[in-house]
Amino acid sequence: MLRIDRATYDAIVAHAREDHPDEACGVVAGPEGSDRPERFIPMLNAARSPTFYEFDSGDLLRLYREMDDRGEEPVVVYHSHTATEASPSRTDISYASEPGAHYVLVSTRSHGNRTGLAGDEVEFRSFRIVDGVVTEEDVEVVESYLFGHSPTTVVYD
Amino acid sequence: MAIEVRIPTILRTHTGGSKTVEGDGDTLAALVDDLDAKHPGLKNRLVTEDGKLHRFVNVYVNDEDVRFTGALATKVEDGDSVTILPAVAGGC
Repeated sequence: MLRIDRATYDAIVAHAREDHPDEACGVVAGPEGSDRPERFIPMLNAARSPTFYEFDSGDLLRLYREMDDRGEEPVVVYHSHTATEASPSRTDISYASEPGAHYVLVSTRSHGNRTGLAGDEVEFRSFRIVDGVVTEEDVEVVESYLFGHSPTTVVYD
Repeated sequence: MAIEVRIPTILRTHTGGSKTVEGDGDTLAALVDDLDAKHPGLKNRLVTEDGKLHRFVNVYVNDEDVRFTGALATKVEDGDSVTILPAVAGGC
């Protein structure tokens, strides 16, 4: 299951809307081994295309260097589909190379040329892609990691 | 001295989990052969059957993408640092 906070969820959707009809892409980094998407990093789609996305190779190097320096890993790798459903294409699967990441797919296909209209639902789905095998998973949106999950108990001593 | 090579998560199965390994060679191609001798299977993941770098792998020598410096023919020497990263890409 992917657990993601509301602000990050909204930021991914907003990025997808903004770049429509081109595909938007990016990463949410988190501390290594935490499975917690904390740092939203929108990336430039170097392909600038409605049917393809690719991180620029220089940006890619800087991104991984920076995550490495901070002890982070890509917890979420996201991109949008602007004319098709929010599930991994054959190309997506062949390129997927982070077996530990949640691959988030956002579809803005119902938008037409304008986005942000009332009722233009954005599809937001998450998948694991390991050795070419795709498994969809649930997405839980929490208001924040601190208070979103269960009632907080305060212990006074 | 040797050439330090940073290995991405997905290829660490070939390096026993190591993030960095060392190798030798005067070109990237020679370095890849040397790495493959120590870590069998690595070359297959980087180089196609007709001897070119895979489209979905990025290799940098001292932070320079080798696509712009001669690909596998890129010169390397002791003290260089090589980074391998899978492309992050896809499409509908």
